[in-house]
Amino acid sequence: MQANNRLFSILVPVISVLLGLIAGAIIMLISGHNPIAGYAALWRGAFGDAYTIGETIRRTTPYILSGLAIAFAFRANLFNIGAEGQVIVGWLAAVWVGLAFDAPMYIHLPLALLAAWVAGALWGFIPGLLKAKLGVHEVIVTIMMNYIALYSTNEIIRSILTNNQTTTEHIPASASLASGYLQSITMFSRMHYGILIALFAAVVMWFLIERTTIGYELKAVGFNPHASRYAGMNVSKNIIWSMVIAGGFGGLAGAMEGLGTYGTITVLASFSNIGFDGIAVALLGANNPFGVIISALLFGALKEGAGEMPTGAGVPTELVDIIIALIIFFVASSYIIRWAITRFKKEGK
Amino acid sequence: MGYVIEMLNIRKEFPGIVANDNITLQVEKGEIHALLGENGAGKSTLMNVLFGLYQPEAGEIRVNGKKVAITNPNIANDLGIGMVHQHFMLVEPFTVTQNIILGKEPKTKTGKIDLKKAKKEIQELSDRYGLKVDPSAKIRDISVGMQQRVEILKTLYRGAEVLIFDEPTAVLTPQEIKELTGIMRSLVHEGKSIILITHKLKEIMEVCDRCTVIRKGRGIGTVDVAKSNPTELASLMVGREISFKTEKKPAEPREVVLNVENLYVKDSRKVDLVKGLDLQVRAGEIVGVAGVDGNGQTELIEAITGLRKSESGTIKIHDKNITNLKPRKVTESGVGHIPQDRHKYGLVLDYSIAENMVLQTYYQKPYSKAKVLNFKEITEKAKTLVAEYDVRTPSVFTKARALSGGNQQKAIIGREIDRSPDLLIAVQPTRGLDVGAIEFIHKRLIEERDKGKAVLLVSFELDEILDVSDKIAVIFDGKIVANVKPEETDEQQLGLLMAGSNAKAGEKNAGE
Repeated sequence: MQANNRLFSILVPVISVLLGLIAGAIIMLISGHNPIAGYAALWRGAFGDAYTIGETIRRTTPYILSGLAIAFAFRANLFNIGAEGQVIVGWLAAVWVGLAFDAPMYIHLPLALLAAWVAGALWGFIPGLLKAKLGVHEVIVTIMMNYIALYSTNEIIRSILTNNQTTTEHIPASASLASGYLQSITMFSRMHYGILIALFAAVVMWFLIERTTIGYELKAVGFNPHASRYAGMNVSKNIIWSMVIAGGFGGLAGAMEGLGTYGTITVLASFSNIGFDGIAVALLGANNPFGVIISALLFGALKEGAGEMPTGAGVPTELVDIIIALIIFFVASSYIIRWAITRFKKEGK
Repeated sequence: MGYVIEMLNIRKEFPGIVANDNITLQVEKGEIHALLGENGAGKSTLMNVLFGLYQPEAGEIRVNGKKVAITNPNIANDLGIGMVHQHFMLVEPFTVTQNIILGKEPKTKTGKIDLKKAKKEIQELSDRYGLKVDPSAKIRDISVGMQQRVEILKTLYRGAEVLIFDEPTAVLTPQEIKELTGIMRSLVHEGKSIILITHKLKEIMEVCDRCTVIRKGRGIGTVDVAKSNPTELASLMVGREISFKTEKKPAEPREVVLNVENLYVKDSRKVDLVKGLDLQVRAGEIVGVAGVDGNGQTELIEAITGLRKSESGTIKIHDKNITNLKPRKVTESGVGHIPQDRHKYGLVLDYSIAENMVLQTYYQKPYSKAKVLNFKEITEKAKTLVAEYDVRTPSVFTKARALSGGNQQKAIIGREIDRSPDLLIAVQPTRGLDVGAIEFIHKRLIEERDKGKAVLLVSFELDEILDVSDKIAVIFDGKIVANVKPEETDEQQLGLLMAGSNAKAGEKNAGE
């Protein structure tokens, strides 16, 4: 039974992705494009050469962390829609600390990362506190927190970090994740050391959730708050901690952009979508940290490869967004796929 | 002839297990036929086959002598088979009428639902079978017993001739059980037939004509209830001799372990439910709290275990004041708690048995060290407890959800007793369990007593209270109104005390 379940939880996302790709192919056919050429271009755009591989990994990095931000909260049965806001404040905090002073790298970089973590954690703490103490639903609060993050960050960039500019100065090398070595082996893509942080964070999440009493409590509270209270756990504390840790992951995702890819922060006209895409990443990764890594890679590859589709096959980028949306659709309706597999198995017997 | 339902040599397999193996059930018209078996024996599977939810691998079903294929519940309905589920399927904000007609609404010519006609029809049905249901009442305003009668009406409204009752008394008070028995009699009197799924022998002896016994998926046989007795039925069901009277030595009470004085507790609506309650439990004795549900038992236990705030008064464990301590502090003061609702409080159903076994101790050595869990120790402990308390599970890694109620309860009891608490609180510990499991659990409670622990038993089942307790404290309206000895009382007297008629003893019909 258990082996069966594990197989199921791997099979369902894989089939979802395949169905999404098939549906995308059908749409390409209908709109008069060659799906084989389209997907070939997508592949080339994502993994065609060292440069695109580097860029794909660069895109994957924040997705892993924002995926963890959602997945972690999910394990405690909390829906952290606020990853987007956590990414933005993490980004801001990292760049701010990067610009604020000079220090040797071994102090400056960890401090900038810590600032991003703390900012994201604070953005998770507020909805966690409201949920735990007043029973306010975390979805509503986190959505609002996203807007607060977006507009206050923009204002801080304009009036505090710059003199009415839209982009800050570049952070000094001592706070940067950029790696000459990684750039040189990927034909000077923007790939940076952040991927190591993201992978490490996934391991941390796995360890916290699966191996510690903290994870044991968080999951218990998520599954059954009544039994958790009966067992002497502090339900409020656990809800708050879940959101704080989840927010921390989100903040780090922002630091990947601020300290790695761009080295600056720019006034955002709209949301970065890293946090929102993280919801899909977590869902596709079945809220498992290692699943999140794989699905983040898929999302990174799709987004990066999309750039090649208009030039390589004449397929508009919008179509890639449609394909991604279709994949999410099929993942979200995984119940149907489960049902179909069970049905198929029965018939086969 | 004369059989309304015949299920002949039914076999139903699930991956890995045979749930029904060659079971034959023949129900005569106008009889109450019991389907008896332990939890997990295959009663529900068999009824789900009859109701069209499962397809049997072998065997045939005949209705009124004609062979039929019941491939979905609608066909069962059309054949006049109705099921009164254990867990009611009712829409709370709807009225009785709305619930009953749901899915089969009578329409006027213009296509509107003809509520007037429906109401009338339901009133007639209700009167005919003595159900005393008010068709205009909202479900959320009526008692559990009344809700069950709505379920019965639902099947009658759909023209059921054969009614399946799935463990109907599990949720009822003694008074409601009595009423239900009357209703079942009047149903068969009017020509209906009833299949009663149960593991309560007393009910079978009281209302049933014949009884088919299932054990571990196999049909054991059908007996005439009038020519049988509870002991025979029990041994047929379990496959060995069962002793009903729990054997125990006289208690040797020692020092007071639990001392509750002048306790006041409010419920969630801020109404006083415990009103100046005094209660003592000594080491080496079992004190049974007898009372009708809703007289403050839940609030009392929640106050002792730290789950609910007490307004005033004191709770002491050996001289240590534990009033309003956090649940963990109470647990660590030596209190074990077998909660009334094992799904809500006793277990994290999505956790494995192993994880559930350390629900109270996971943060202590050896199960964790510096916040890192030691799964080897946890698994080890779980395996020991599973073996010792006879928890039947495929493995300790199986989710608690997958276990039967009896095995879930045994797991909780194992976990709580294993911590060797000075005070063991057991609330309805045998609710919904079969005789084998009940016997086991009662024995364990008495063992704890004999080890010199204090045991506080709260139960709505008078049999259980009378059988297991050394002292009985009767709770009524938030107070202990009487302390009696089980050997000096009987159900009659307890019933009166529970109804609050202490001062007005002798008054008739206090139970109403």
